Amino acid sequence: MPTLSLTSAYSITASANPPRAAFSDLPLGNTAGRPHEPEFQRELLRRALQAGAAIEEPGTIVETGMRWDDTQAWKRRATSTGVSRDGDDGTDPSRDDRNERHETPQYQDEADRLAAEAAS
Amino acid sequence: MDELPPVDYIALTRATYDALGYAPYQWAERPETPPWSPLEVPLAAATVALVGSGGAYRRGQVAFHWKDDTGIRRIPTDQPATDIRVTHFAYDLEPAREDPNIVFPVDRLRELVDEGVIGGLAPTAIGCMGGIYSVRRTEEELAPAIVAEVTAMDVDLALLVPV
Repeated sequence: MPTLSLTSAYSITASANPPRAAFSDLPLGNTAGRPHEPEFQRELLRRALQAGAAIEEPGTIVETGMRWDDTQAWKRRATSTGVSRDGDDGTDPSRDDRNERHETPQYQDEADRLAAEAAS
Repeated sequence: MDELPPVDYIALTRATYDALGYAPYQWAERPETPPWSPLEVPLAAATVALVGSGGAYRRGQVAFHWKDDTGIRRIPTDQPATDIRVTHFAYDLEPAREDPNIVFPVDRLRELVDEGVIGGLAPTAIGCMGGIYSVRRTEEELAPAIVAEVTAMDVDLALLVPV
C-alpha cells in the first residue's frame, strides 16, 4: 500500500523514515494547516499530495513551503507539546505539559460521554 | 525575516526528560531504506484513505483513553467534520477542537475530490491515538489493525496525518 505522511515534526519523521513524507513548518497540533483557514488547508494538501506522489526515492521528505506566518515567532516558544501560551518563552526544559495518562475514555466534553453511552 | 530551522521536537523532548530525571524517550529510528510501494495510478485518479493519529473519534463513539490505547475508530468521510472530536494527552488540543480538519482533514480532502486533485476519498477514515509508549503494542496491535482496514478499502494511497 503506497503511503504519504504529512508532518510538522521534521526530526521525528526523519528518524522514523517513512517512504514518502511532506513537511509543513507549523506548530505541533496543526499538522494539516491553520484552524478555520480552509484555503490554507487545501493548498497544504494540494502541495503535499502532488509533491508526495512525485517522490521516487524511498525515504524522501518534500517540503510544502506552508508556514504559520512570516515572523515564525512561535518557534521561539515551542515546547515538546506545542507552543507555550502564558507569556513564558517555553525554554524551561523541566516544564512538562503532557496530561496525566488515564485508562478511562477521555471525552472532549461531557455531552460526548453521554452520546457514547447512549449509543452503546 | 528570520529563517528559523524546523523545531527539533526530539531535542526538546530529550531536554525535558533529562530535566525531569526520566530515562531518554526511545524515538523510532529506521535508518534502513523504507519499503516501497509505487503509486499505481495518477494522483488525479487515486482514491485516498485518511488515517490520522491525533486522537480523532466521532461523537457517539467511545473516546480514546490516554494510556497506550491501541484501538481505532472508523469515521465516515461523507459528513462534515463538525461531529469529529479529538483527544490526546501529549499535544495542545485547543486548535484541533476548534477545527478538527487541522489534524483530520476530512472536509478538505472531500473538496480536493471535487477539484479533481485526487480521484476519490475512501468512505471511511481511520482515527487512532498515537501517544502509545509501547513500541511492541504499536507494532503488534495498532499497526496491523490499520493495515487490515486500509488494505480492505481497495484504495490507491493512504494519507497518514500524525501529530
